[in-house]
Parts: sequence; C-alpha cells; structure tokens
Amino acid sequence: MVPDRAFNEFVLKFANVNGSGSASANLLCAKALFRMGLPVSPKNIFPSNIQGLPTWYEIRVSEAGHLARRAGIDVMVAMNPQTYARDVAEIVPGGTLIYDSTLRRDFGREDIRQIGIPIAGLCADAWSDLRERQIFKNIVYIGALSWLIEIDIDIIEQLIAEQFKSKPKLVEPNFKALRIGYDYAHAYIDGRLSVRARKSNGTAGKIMISGNEAAALGAIYGGATVAAWYPITPSTTLTESFERHAGRLRRDNNGMLRAAVIQAEDELSAAGIAVGANWNGARAFTATSGPGISLMSEFIGLAYFAEVPLVLFDIQRGGPSTGMPTRTQQSDILACAYASHGDTRHVLLIPGDPGECFTFSADAFDLADRLQAPVFVMSDLDIGMNDWVVDELKWDDNRRFDRGKVLDAAKLEAVSEFARYRDVDGDGVPWRTLPGIHPGKGAYFTRGTSHTDTGKYTEDGVVHAAMLDRINAKFETAKSLVPKPVTRILSSKSRLGIINYGSTDLAVREAISLMGREALGVNHLRLRAFPFSDEVADFIGRHDFLFVVEQNRDAQMRHLLIAEAGIAAEKLVPVTNYDGFPLTAQFLVDAIRSAIHRDTRIADASAPPLTAASMGQPR
Amino acid sequence: MTHIVKPAFHHPALPVNACGLTHRDYEGVVSTLCAGCGHDSVSAAIIEACFELDIEAHRVAKISGIGCSSKTTNYFLDRSHGFNSVHGRMPSVATGANLANNDLVYIGVSGDGDTASIGLGQFCHVIRRRLNMVYLVENNGTYGLTKGQSSATNDKSAKNRKGVENRYEAIDLAALAIELGAGFVARSFSGDKAQLVPLMKAAIRYRGFALIDVISPCVTFNNHAASTKSYDYVREHNAALDTVDFVPPEVAITVAYDAGSTTEVTLHDGSALRLHKLADDYDPTDRAAVLPKLQRHKAAGEVATGLLYLEADETDLHGLIGTCAAPLNSLADQDLCPGNAALGQINASHS
Repeated sequence: MVPDRAFNEFVLKFANVNGSGSASANLLCAKALFRMGLPVSPKNIFPSNIQGLPTWYEIRVSEAGHLARRAGIDVMVAMNPQTYARDVAEIVPGGTLIYDSTLRRDFGREDIRQIGIPIAGLCADAWSDLRERQIFKNIVYIGALSWLIEIDIDIIEQLIAEQFKSKPKLVEPNFKALRIGYDYAHAYIDGRLSVRARKSNGTAGKIMISGNEAAALGAIYGGATVAAWYPITPSTTLTESFERHAGRLRRDNNGMLRAAVIQAEDELSAAGIAVGANWNGARAFTATSGPGISLMSEFIGLAYFAEVPLVLFDIQRGGPSTGMPTRTQQSDILACAYASHGDTRHVLLIPGDPGECFTFSADAFDLADRLQAPVFVMSDLDIGMNDWVVDELKWDDNRRFDRGKVLDAAKLEAVSEFARYRDVDGDGVPWRTLPGIHPGKGAYFTRGTSHTDTGKYTEDGVVHAAMLDRINAKFETAKSLVPKPVTRILSSKSRLGIINYGSTDLAVREAISLMGREALGVNHLRLRAFPFSDEVADFIGRHDFLFVVEQNRDAQMRHLLIAEAGIAAEKLVPVTNYDGFPLTAQFLVDAIRSAIHRDTRIADASAPPLTAASMGQPR
Repeated sequence: MTHIVKPAFHHPALPVNACGLTHRDYEGVVSTLCAGCGHDSVSAAIIEACFELDIEAHRVAKISGIGCSSKTTNYFLDRSHGFNSVHGRMPSVATGANLANNDLVYIGVSGDGDTASIGLGQFCHVIRRRLNMVYLVENNGTYGLTKGQSSATNDKSAKNRKGVENRYEAIDLAALAIELGAGFVARSFSGDKAQLVPLMKAAIRYRGFALIDVISPCVTFNNHAASTKSYDYVREHNAALDTVDFVPPEVAITVAYDAGSTTEVTLHDGSALRLHKLADDYDPTDRAAVLPKLQRHKAAGEVATGLLYLEADETDLHGLIGTCAAPLNSLADQDLCPGNAALGQINASHS
C-alpha cells in the first residue's frame, strides 16, 4: 500500500499512442519535477513504429535517490484504450488511474482511485483544429497532474517558454492547455492524490541528460573530427547529437566545420570510413547497435590486425537478429569482446550512466590511439536514449589528447630504422607514421594480410605467430590503462558479492540496500572495462560466491570472467534478465533469494550467515 | 619469397623531375603478378603520370581492396603510404582517409570483382559523395586470385577459359559512374600507354571523383579467343573517342594543335585537357549524349575508350559538407576541445 501523502517517492506512468505528441509533454513533466529539485528517472518504453502502436513513459521520483526502474505504478495516466487492461493492472492498490472520461467506463478495480477527466471533450471545446485538439490533450493532462500531485505550474510554464523560444506563437496555446487541465482538476476533482511532489534540493549540481548526447559531447571533447554512421536505433541520436554540437562548437574563423559527419550507405562503409580516417590521423568513430556490429566485424578485425585506432559506440538493444530494436539489453558483450574472425580480442569500456558516457567517450579516443586498436564503448538503450540525472559534466582544461606513439617528421629524422610493427618499448605498442609526413622515411604498407614488422607481406608462420603474440601483448598493457572497477566493501567479513556492469547499477544498489534490511551482507563490484584489471580478480578472490548480474540470457560477462580472469565457474552465480526492460531492484532481490534458497552454501557465505528462514521468500 | 624489394642501385644519369626525383623513386617493390599482366602496365602508367606531374611521391595515399588489382598498390610509389584494406571496401577507407586530410592525392585501385560485385554499393556511394580521388578499376572480367571465375563486368555470352558461357548481363562501370554523377569518367586499355598516361594525369589533377575503367587483360585466366577482355579483342575493337593531352598550367603556353580538331577543357588548377577528336563530334561534357553513345558502341561490340565524360563543376565532398580548409588531422587540441567553460553552458541547458 502506498502510504498517505507519500511525498517525492512514487512512479508515474503515461500510456499513450505512438505519434500522438505525448513524448514531449511527458518529458516536460519529468523536467518540471527535476526543476523542483527532485531526482527523477524517466524511461521511454517505445515501440518500433512511427504512429499507432502503444507507447509508455515512466517517471520514477525518488528523493532518496533510488532511480532504477520500479514496477508497481502509483499514478497511471491511461490515454490509450488499446492497453487499458494491462495499464490498469499495473497500478498498485491504493494507486490512482487518470483517464479520458469523455467516454466513461468501469475499470473493475475497487482498490484504486479512478479519476476521469473529459480530456478530449475539453480540447474539442477549446480548439476547432483537429490537430490541435489531439496534440493539446497531452498538455491538458499535464495541467491536471500539476494540480493533482502539486507539480509547480510556474516551472512548467517556464519550461514551455524555454522550449518554444524560437516559436513564440506556440507558447500561449500550450499555456492555455495547461490551464484547462489544471483548472478542471482544481474545480471538479475531490482532493489531490495521496502521492505528491514537494520542492527539494536533491538536484543541486545535477543535470538531466541522455547517454547518447553525453557520449557525443565526449567525442567532441575528445577531439573526434570524423563521424561515420548508418541510422540504427538506439544509436542514431548519438551521431545526430555529435553533428548538432559540432555545428555549434566546431567552427573555425570562417565558419567552416572542424568536423565531418558522413551518413554512410551501411555499417560496413561507416566502419571503413572510421578506419580510413583514423589511419590518416584524424580521430574518428562510428556509433551503432548489435546488427551494425555484426556488419562491421570484418573491418574490426582489420583494425585489430593492421593496428589502426578505432572507436566504436555500441548502444546495445534486444537481440538476436533484429530482436527488440526499441528495448534495452547487454547482449553484445561477447560479440564485441571477440569481434571478427581469427584470434581477436578487444578493449571494452562500459559506462554505467551518461556521466561515464561522457568521460569514457573522451577516454576511448586516447586509448584507441595509445593502443592502436579498436576500442568499444558499450552503452545500451536505457543509458543511451533515456534522460538520466547525473552530476554536471566537467572537463579538465589542462588535459591534452594522448595521440599515442606517432612519429612526426622530426622524430622520424632521429630514428635510424622505422619498423611500423616492431615493439621497441616492450609494451607491445609499436610506433606509427601518418601518410604524407616525410619525403623519404616512414612510408609503410598497411594490410590485413600477414606482415613482417616492417609491414611487408609474409607467409612465414613463425613471423605470423610472433605478430599475433605481440599484438596480444597490447592487451596486457591495456589492463592498466582502462577504467578500474568501482568496488564497495559493505561487509568486510562477508564472502558474498555482486558483480554487475553498465545500466544495471542503480537497480543493484537499490537491491543491496533492500537486502541490507534483511541483514544480507554483500559486497559490490561494478565492472567498467574489459580487459579486467587486477582489482577484479582480487575482489573475486576475497569472496566465495558472486552474483553476476547482467541483461542477457547466456550470462556473457560471466563467460568472460571465467575465460579471461580464470575464475572458477561455480563461484559465479548468474543472475540474468533479458525481457528488454531496464532492471528493477525487486527482480534482483527475488533472484538472489531464489539462489540462496537453492544453495545453502551461498547463505553461509553472507556475513552474518543467513538461514533460509531469515531471508524473505522470493515472490 | 613474396615481397621482393628492388635493388637500390640505379643508373646515375636517370632524369630528375622538378621534385628532384627520378622515375625510380616512384616505383614500388617487384610485382608478384603473372608475367604480362595488364595490371603491371597500369602501375607503370601511374608511375609515369606522377613522375611527369612532379607530384611529391610521399604526398600520395594508395588505397585498395582485395584481389590481384588491389595488390598492385605495393608495386608503385614506395614512398607513399599504402592501405590494402578489405574486399570491396576501398571506397569507404578512401573516404575516411580523404576526410582526415584533404591535402594528399588519393589513388584507389580496385578490380572488377572488388568494384562491380562485392563493392558495388561502396562504388556507387563514393561517387555520390564526390570524393576527390582517382578510382582505377583494373578490369579483366575475371576473378584471378581464385582462379578464373567470371566477374560481373564480363560480357554476356563471353566464354571463360573452360568454355563456359557467362549467362548474366555485364555491368558497365563507366556508364554507371556517369549515371551516378561522377565528374570525370574515362575508359582505357592497359596496353595503350599513350592514352592511359594522359588520362591518369588529368584524373589526378581533377578535383572530384575521377574514374578510369582500365580494360586490363588477365593473361592467365581470361586472355583467350572467346574472351572480350583479351588483349587481342580489345586491340581489335577499341573505338577511341578521342586522344587526350594533359597540359599542366606551368607549360600551357604554346599550342601546336590544329584548333579545328581540338577541344580544350580547363581544370580548377588551371591545367588543360586537350582532346583531339578522331571520331564524330564527340563532346565529353554533354552528359545526355554520353550514355546513348556508349550504348551504340556496346551494341557494335566495341569498347569505347578515352575521356567519356567530364563535368566542369569540381565541388568535392569537403565542399559539399563545408569542412574547414585545414586538414582535419592537422587540428590541435585547442581547435577541437571547447573547454570547461563551454561545458558550463551545456550543463545549464540541461538543468
């Protein structure tokens, strides 16, 4: 049951028809709550469709800072008769249903509050244009919510004014719609809702930003000049955002662009363009999702073997095949870690929120140059396309790009013999040159065929094997360069741990805090990169059992830990979720309870040891 | 031994060009293609053109895909960086390279399998992008490295060396390029140095996409009586539309040709292309007339060679997307990173 007058802890959900203009109204609501100082986490749960299919938008408000997705809806704004049944079923007992009562109906639930607002009728009275009648329905329900849960209407008006700064004619009709909803609720609805918003200071120093935009900004700040891409959900907004920001931040004195964005004919070409540009000394990237990674695999192998820097953003979605293109998953881990035929192994950076999308994006360009290798930034749809509340982005103005080992003309002069693929420093990373740099020295031939350390074609097996070993040595070097895991030792005596990565972190943290109330002591490690730095094996070594939480069926990261960190399989307990929705804490708590009930050795590893009786039952 | 470096010794009296380089300085390693391969003649023409144009040998980037033709980038311009990439994807690598540095000469070498089959999509789109490059197709109608399968440019009904007839329609890369908006489209024959070298020089100097479809017979798998891509067939059926002179701007002063039979086209850098018309009134700048003309030659079993089409507009990809004059790979940290102050404004717009 929702307690009476629960301030600043609730989930609000909108059920709409795709293409009805609801997305911007729902974002307006989330942004208004954020401006009131409330941590919010909006989740857009949308179909692969332009018009007509059901779409949802959830906003969790949590002053306590629990911003993972949470099932159990406190307030449902049901605007789509196609999905009434399932939407109404999601409302918690004591929760509220708001619906368009222009056509009245009975939803058959006595345990919820049902509020009918004749939204279509109000709009029909206020506007004659059919399009306006449709579009302003969304603002009318925001107006009603403003009264019902006390979202500051001045803030909403302020946001509308900002949104339509360049189209001032649209401000007044939006204000009008907002007031229609607000006034109706105020006049005809008997009392506000049991959950409400109240101004707070939970968002000082915070911004609301999507991971894709943050990653695009990271690419701007990291010095990327060439972006090549092919449209694919959910990565599209990353490159579009890069193009938009570059248009503003990357102009020279003549107004010409210090960046090039190419929408290629397919992902193969996008990868080829990024490889060609990096080969020629520009920082270049491509952004894609799983199907694009499959298509890019041949180029990824070329970049690996010919040692061309390459930054790839994989905004993961539901696979396999076309899968669920508008749902989130972490199911490309193995595909990217070992992308392409032959012996390959790649660096993965795994941001946990948009803040890390920004920093890891900029870092990826340094790493790719430093290692002369492909570097993947493994985001996902949840981080990439949803707006998250994170710390303001910061940049150290003293930071300089690390272009790695590049011999310019002067350095070439000083070198007695240039050998493109020779490890002269013992870290596996050779020196490279850029085309056109020196009239007599430094030219070499880049090829995907087997080559000697001066880049010459060879079919000598000994030379080939030595080359593969030397390239692999770079991977060892990468261990100390990639972001270290984030560890939290919550109980120094506990032999039980949780390992996760990426967008699942909010749910894991919330689950740990929920389980803490049941005296289940677990420690926590969030992976942030592959290869695994030494801290990962150290952490695992201090525990008997570790739950590996991930959003794919086959426990892909668990495989990687077993294969690449030499961890005994029985220590790693898979906790997998692959329904395409952002993870909830409750799912984790249930999964962990189930595991403990299955195997008492796991309970014994907790500090203090648990008995099955002391642990709650899984739902 | 598969990588044969030529001995450093050369005749002390070799002529030197304006860059102080000899012909030898434009060569590559020893070719490993079959003796008599047309592709080696194309490499020789590239060497000749670059030498004569006084191009600094290191200011060229050589990019290729996979196949016999694509291997040749190793056999010329040893002072240039080369990139032998993946099958059919040379155009994308060239696009990226060119975006990174607009100040080099880009020579892409491909074959008929690399371009007309696996790489057909990339070929079409690099043309649409108007990339400033020379795109050479060493076209022999056959897959050499995999031993003699028909390619998509092989003429319908032509027989391979085993006597098997090609059932499928041939793709005419030159006609396709014109259709897609390529600014410079030529066809030549690897055995015709007199035509190929001036075309090569003009293509290098042209700013925009320049295609030369070079019929380059495969001596091992497709140089027999039944092939339309054999030396004998092409020599017999070569319908040269014009002969070409390329004159760099610094020497374009004297005119020794009969004005009545010469058309002169000036390129963006002031250099001139002189076309001596041998055939009927052929105007390579009339796009509407070119394709029917090619069709007529094809129907007659002839290979129309020469400069097939030339567009005066030399806007390249950089011009289309408005990149800055300085090569992108030359920009410094401060040109690229907006700094923390700009981030403050971005943060403010997200709060």
